[in-house]
Amino acid sequence: MEWLALVWNTLLGTVKDVLPIVIIIFGFQIFVIRRPVPNLRRVLVGFAYVLFGLAFFLVGLEKALFPLGKLMATQLTDPGFIAGQSSHAAAGLDWDDYIWVYVFAAAIGFSTTIAEPSLIAVAIKAGEVSGGAIGVWGLRMAVAVGVAVGIALGTFRIVTGTPLHLYIIVGYIIVIIQTAFAPRMIVPLAYDSGGVTTSTVTVPLVAALGLGLAGTVPGRSPLVDGFGLIAFASLCPIISVMAYAQLSEWRARRKNSNGERNTD
Amino acid sequence: MLNYLKPYLSRLRDLGPIIAVVAFFQLVVLHQPIPQFLDILVGLLFVVIGLTLFVRGLEMGLFPIGQGMAYAFARKGSVTWLLLFAFALGFGTTVAEPALIAVADEAAEMAAAEEVIGKTAAAMAAYAQGLRLTVAVSVGVALVLGVLRILRGWPLQYLIIGGYAGVVIMTVFAPREIIGIAYDSGGVTTSTITVPLVAALGIGLASSIKGRNSMLDGFGLIAFASLMPMIFVMAYGMTF
Repeated sequence: MEWLALVWNTLLGTVKDVLPIVIIIFGFQIFVIRRPVPNLRRVLVGFAYVLFGLAFFLVGLEKALFPLGKLMATQLTDPGFIAGQSSHAAAGLDWDDYIWVYVFAAAIGFSTTIAEPSLIAVAIKAGEVSGGAIGVWGLRMAVAVGVAVGIALGTFRIVTGTPLHLYIIVGYIIVIIQTAFAPRMIVPLAYDSGGVTTSTVTVPLVAALGLGLAGTVPGRSPLVDGFGLIAFASLCPIISVMAYAQLSEWRARRKNSNGERNTD
Repeated sequence: MLNYLKPYLSRLRDLGPIIAVVAFFQLVVLHQPIPQFLDILVGLLFVVIGLTLFVRGLEMGLFPIGQGMAYAFARKGSVTWLLLFAFALGFGTTVAEPALIAVADEAAEMAAAEEVIGKTAAAMAAYAQGLRLTVAVSVGVALVLGVLRILRGWPLQYLIIGGYAGVVIMTVFAPREIIGIAYDSGGVTTSTITVPLVAALGIGLASSIKGRNSMLDGFGLIAFASLMPMIFVMAYGMTF
């Protein structure tokens, strides 16, 4: 019962969030387009599914994953745990003593991205539009690998205290170079995938990790160093999605040239 | 029966990695039992049900309405109304976003701590409100620009790379405490309901305008919506 009450409350919250969207859509539909919505009933049922789906999804996360994930983030960044893993704790901690933090960062970045609803939505659309040339699953894997690398790099940056803008600038330079060489079709999708990764599932867990780490590492301030993980999580998928397309193109080309050689 | 359960099973597969990661770190690395095992199981069940319903709702509601509006506007042929709709969609979905409200309040506290603004409740509320409106306007402007790009067929990469160059340059001049908020605000604005709607709108527009390619021109709106807030928020921070 307590669970269902939670779902109901969350549902009311989601309805409130969606209200402006509904008002804008139907306002324009009625006053500007002045045509009935095609399949109105189906669309309304679809909206209801989305609302109920999000409510269940959020309550499930809130009750099951977030408490445990946040607890783990604090435990793994706890000075006691990190010193226990270190062979030279007395001499002070080095960046390599935080190895489990990086592994956890990558693993949690990867796994939360796979479950991210907005990424599922964009992947479905991309599969449809490309006529199946871009696989739904392949795109999601590519984005998830990007987020994993990004979050791991981000935690490394917090531990070492190197300036954020250096990483971001280098990242953008890589993006610019890749844009020139990657298959043209993938570029817009790659840029978009940077924006969809940081959403319902990823942000709360990653924020907990960043704040925990910035509060633990000597000389870091949660206010200044706690952020920035999100920036990594939106930059790295752009690189990994373009790399995925480049890799597939390269493999297809190699296969073709091998085939030609064999027929000689 | 099996057909009915199939979508649930494929969504369960989406959660596989999270379950594996949590179990591995809890049991192997931290050497601790999983607390409240039953709660976690019920929670996972809820997540699976939620994801399945959400995906079904996407296909039935959000995708068709986004695409349908794009076709309707293309048929109507009024660029002004289309751009107005794009702005309203961006502004309206962002201004009430709970994540944004939380970030704005946090930013106000930080600005007060750094003595950029007065430490009174009124000054902080005004700062947070201003920040929220700034981000909402920036997403509205982003969608207007993005739609205009689809209509005109401008290549996306020059605009986005130019934008990121702007972000990098502004980072040098913006006050230190606003930079983190600015970078994060790009991620905050793209919510779970906005993303499918905006993606469907872009693809619908690109496929209904002659000479546009759905893949090349249809995507990119989300990229604008995550880029523009960074620029606007840093500009907001520089005005204080």
